[in-house]
Amino acid sequence: MSELKNTILDYVKKEYLEEDDDREISFNTPLISGGIVDSFSMVSLKRFLETKFTIQIPDAKASPEAFDSVDNIIRLLEEFNIR
Amino acid sequence: MAFNNDIRDIYQKELADIRTAGIFKEERVICSAQDSEIDVEFPAGASRKRVINMCANNYLGLSSHPDVVEAARKGLDHRGYGMSSVRFICGTQDIHKELEGQLTKFLGTEDTILFPSCMDANAGVFEAILNEQDVMISDRLVHASIVDGMRLCKAKTDTFKHSDMGHLEEKLQLHSGARVKLIITDGAFSMDGDLARLDQIVALAEKYNALVFVDDSHASGFIGKTGRGTHEHCGVLGKIDIITTTLGKALGGASGGCVSGRRELVEMCRQKARPYLFSNTIPPVVVSGAIAVLDIISKTTERRDKLERNTAFWRQGLTEAGLIIKEGETPIVPVMLFNAKLSQDFAKELYGEGIYAVGFFFPVVAKGQARIRTQLSAAHDPHQLDKALAAFTKVGAKFGILHKSKQEIIDRYGM
Repeated sequence: MSELKNTILDYVKKEYLEEDDDREISFNTPLISGGIVDSFSMVSLKRFLETKFTIQIPDAKASPEAFDSVDNIIRLLEEFNIR
Repeated sequence: MAFNNDIRDIYQKELADIRTAGIFKEERVICSAQDSEIDVEFPAGASRKRVINMCANNYLGLSSHPDVVEAARKGLDHRGYGMSSVRFICGTQDIHKELEGQLTKFLGTEDTILFPSCMDANAGVFEAILNEQDVMISDRLVHASIVDGMRLCKAKTDTFKHSDMGHLEEKLQLHSGARVKLIITDGAFSMDGDLARLDQIVALAEKYNALVFVDDSHASGFIGKTGRGTHEHCGVLGKIDIITTTLGKALGGASGGCVSGRRELVEMCRQKARPYLFSNTIPPVVVSGAIAVLDIISKTTERRDKLERNTAFWRQGLTEAGLIIKEGETPIVPVMLFNAKLSQDFAKELYGEGIYAVGFFFPVVAKGQARIRTQLSAAHDPHQLDKALAAFTKVGAKFGILHKSKQEIIDRYGM
């Protein structure tokens, strides 16, 4: 589980933080409501998860709430039996 | 009465929350024409004060230029005050077509359509030309009006890190299957004052068969050797598929905007862009003034050259004084203070010294990136800039931030 969490956290840091952005992000940091990931940029997170775990996340499940933290994303992935 | 006390309470609480958060915006009342020096009444009811204006988008100093005012007056006399119509019913005069033609020539594009504002141009253009088979890939620091326009469009969205060409290329590869890929960027970024790398963006667009959109509102009229904009500066005149820009900044400063670019895309806007179809035509007086502006800046680069000299002087002066500025070459020069309260206190002290500038902080800029955004104008004369520089130096010394590093300022004042 922690390996899975770290994989997602590493992607979020690489994809969404600028080089001079020294904000700390942890597993429960609000990503969308916290202004780190905007709604336009969510698509790359969704594509990353779909490619990485060979799944299709329906648009209805790809809500801002479902993507709002690494912990939330882990819960979403559990629905696809990814743990 | 539907607006009862319970409903009133909802809004009073929301407004109170905005005040508590320290982001309540108040208007400063100006009691003179727009210029490098203005008479300001702030706060409301205070006595009027003559201050040097360091925060207008009046880059070329044409907002109150006598030739522009005279042309506007003639437009009022000859073509009236209003048109009482949208463009396509009975709101298109000969001068609207003339201005569109002049903008096409000036920007080096194929065609142009006027909008009531650039906000409207950005709100309407994406929905008019893209659908769900397409993708919009935008720089993460584009202007709010572009963000709103993208929200109104059914095309997919994605973003790339600010001016990060490697990241943009990844996104172009990721979306290779889209019918149309549109790269979206500002030309000059309004908060940081840096320029888009349009030469590299155009090269990537050609490599991946994408279109390029540039909002050049903070560049049209003065960036580039003859002031055509960021595309001229980057050597890609004629290669930008869509340029939006405003008449509300350097180009006279009144109001109005446009979409300029490929003939078919402009025509799509004429057929489908909702702010064009459902909003009044730009009034004749503004059109006439804008035509005069384009006449002036097409004949001579004198004003943009003076602006360039003012910018160089100001950037060098602030740096030598020991203030931290965002590096760049545009007349948008942010003085970095990092802490939100410090940015407000600094602006207040400047006002006391007769200098009008505004502090910006989250959510307008990222947390910990509070600043005073200064903007140069060709209307500024050397003695005004000397006085402004002396004031920035005096206030900077008062707060003990001259020749201090970012970390030292943050250690003292916090993020």
